[in-house]
Amino acid sequence: MSHAVAAPSIYGLLAEFETPTDLVNACKAVYAEGYRDMDAYSPFPIEDASEAIGFHKSAVPLVVLMGGILGGLSGFLLQYWINVIAYPLNIGGKPYDSWPAFIVPTFEMTILFAGLSGMFGMFALNGLPRPYHPLFHVDHFSKVTRNRFFLCVEATDPKFDVVGTQQFMERLKPLSISEVPH
Amino acid sequence: MAGVEENNVALLDEAPVIAPGQTFDSVTDTIADAVLKRPIGLGWLAGLAVGMALLGLLGMAVTYLLFRGVGIWGIQIPAAWGFAIINFVWWIGIGHAGTLISAILLLFKQTWRNSINRFAEAMTLFAVACAGMFPLLHMGRPWLGYWMFPYPNSMGVWPQFRSPLVWDVFAVSTYATISAVFWFVGLVPDFATMREEAKHPLAKRVYGMLSLGWRGSARHWTRYESLYILLAGLSTPLVLSVHTVVSFDFAIAIVPGWHTTIFPPYFVAGAIYSGFAMVLVLAIPIRKYYGLEGMITMRHLQNSAKIMLATGLIVGYGYFFETFVALYSGSTYERFMIHNRWFGPYAWVYWSLILFNILLPQVLWWPKIRSNTSWLFGISLVVLLGMWLERFVIIVTSLHRDFLPSSWGHYVATRWDYATYFGTIGLFSAAMFVFIRIVPAISIFEMRMLLPQSEVKE
Repeated sequence: MSHAVAAPSIYGLLAEFETPTDLVNACKAVYAEGYRDMDAYSPFPIEDASEAIGFHKSAVPLVVLMGGILGGLSGFLLQYWINVIAYPLNIGGKPYDSWPAFIVPTFEMTILFAGLSGMFGMFALNGLPRPYHPLFHVDHFSKVTRNRFFLCVEATDPKFDVVGTQQFMERLKPLSISEVPH
Repeated sequence: MAGVEENNVALLDEAPVIAPGQTFDSVTDTIADAVLKRPIGLGWLAGLAVGMALLGLLGMAVTYLLFRGVGIWGIQIPAAWGFAIINFVWWIGIGHAGTLISAILLLFKQTWRNSINRFAEAMTLFAVACAGMFPLLHMGRPWLGYWMFPYPNSMGVWPQFRSPLVWDVFAVSTYATISAVFWFVGLVPDFATMREEAKHPLAKRVYGMLSLGWRGSARHWTRYESLYILLAGLSTPLVLSVHTVVSFDFAIAIVPGWHTTIFPPYFVAGAIYSGFAMVLVLAIPIRKYYGLEGMITMRHLQNSAKIMLATGLIVGYGYFFETFVALYSGSTYERFMIHNRWFGPYAWVYWSLILFNILLPQVLWWPKIRSNTSWLFGISLVVLLGMWLERFVIIVTSLHRDFLPSSWGHYVATRWDYATYFGTIGLFSAAMFVFIRIVPAISIFEMRMLLPQSEVKE
């Protein structure tokens, strides 16, 4: 292993909570304490939790917009190129550039590209697929897809200190605190 | 507080969206166990067997079609579209309710949709698969189906983009793709739940791969939610465009009875009408046999029935205006088309359609009927049949007698037409039976969001 010298020996500290309210309160407290490298984990989306850890804006809408523009442009230009340049056909005396007739495929291509880039963009931004993750070493973390709420303060945070951070997290009254090995 | 809510529920005479007393655990277990723990029952096997038998029939019909060509069907000039296009429009219409439930109701924050969107989306996918087969087979040489797409080829030819049939290729293939994307994206967090709940190592591994390593991170959820709402926003105009484009296949032609501007809205309403009928036909047995009454409550069934009633009336309005405009237009051919529909050789189809689509579904005005599952099931079957007959009337009665009496003809479907049609019903039901055994039939994470426990209190 060619880790840098200062590579932390653990991934972070994982606190377990019973309700979404506890989780959000804990997130707020940890954020207020000055920690930034952290993430909340829950069995369903909790908007307040991502607000509390300081994650406000997702880039997904931008990706979808770019995909849509690209799809619409390529759909229209493809039809224009085919009908006007590559393979001009006189259909009922209509102009080669019958743009109103090109609207439907242009629209469909817009939606197609926007949707596909949205899906691939969302997964890429989330770093998925990622079958392995250090958190999966913690046994009870499997309840994150069922009924438990977790907050992980990561060791990469400059303020992180195994003993000090753990003591601080104890005060948030979690159900449990575990060290997450790499 | 709880008392007030109960009173409101009683006043509105409405069942709750989710039965009281459910927890994160009970929701997860009820839905996941139907896949993971429940033994394979005789009823399921029997249903799958029927589906598979019909699927075999489809295989036979398609094989024979590939040998002999479309001459084995009843299509002839002048009625060259026949069952293939009737079934195409019918199936794709059925699919539309799935998208309506997953996308449009999401945008309108109709949270009751959370318990029926998953299988409604599956229904969409399978219905679109059935629909897509028909134009492909109808082409005569289906192995050259890729000629419909614009790709550089040694023949130097390109599709003719002024034709609605080419638009249809784009609309339907985009619809199939985006429906699959929507479905898969919705499934990823549930696959993660299945990964953790599954005991069998193989099941764990397969669900694990499908879940892409989802771990419920708040950052992930934020991006996920923003994509989900955007997909809903994209799917909403998409689903309306698909049946609009399907109706353009007719409306842009000059055939009497087709060349009319009312077609797009009237087709979309008809699509949603038959789609909700199919939702009820699927939901009523699924909730009963899988004990999901606490999640797919009477509220869902009643709401679906109300949507059917509303879209059915829009369809009725379409029938009325079709007739009115034909009579008002002063066009001999349009007037003859209506006369032929009412009194011609296929008059019995037209009047059965009026009975099945317009008259019988009016019983849904009675709340008693809307809360009786047997009645709802029966009415839904009637509507599905009625909507099939509608497409028969539109396609066959318009085509078989158009402008020149010397070129009139008669359309009779052959046994191969029926075999292909019932075969796709087999494909659809076999796929549904497999689906409810391997995928959570209700969105687990969205059900959790309906629970009062999911709220963050200040």
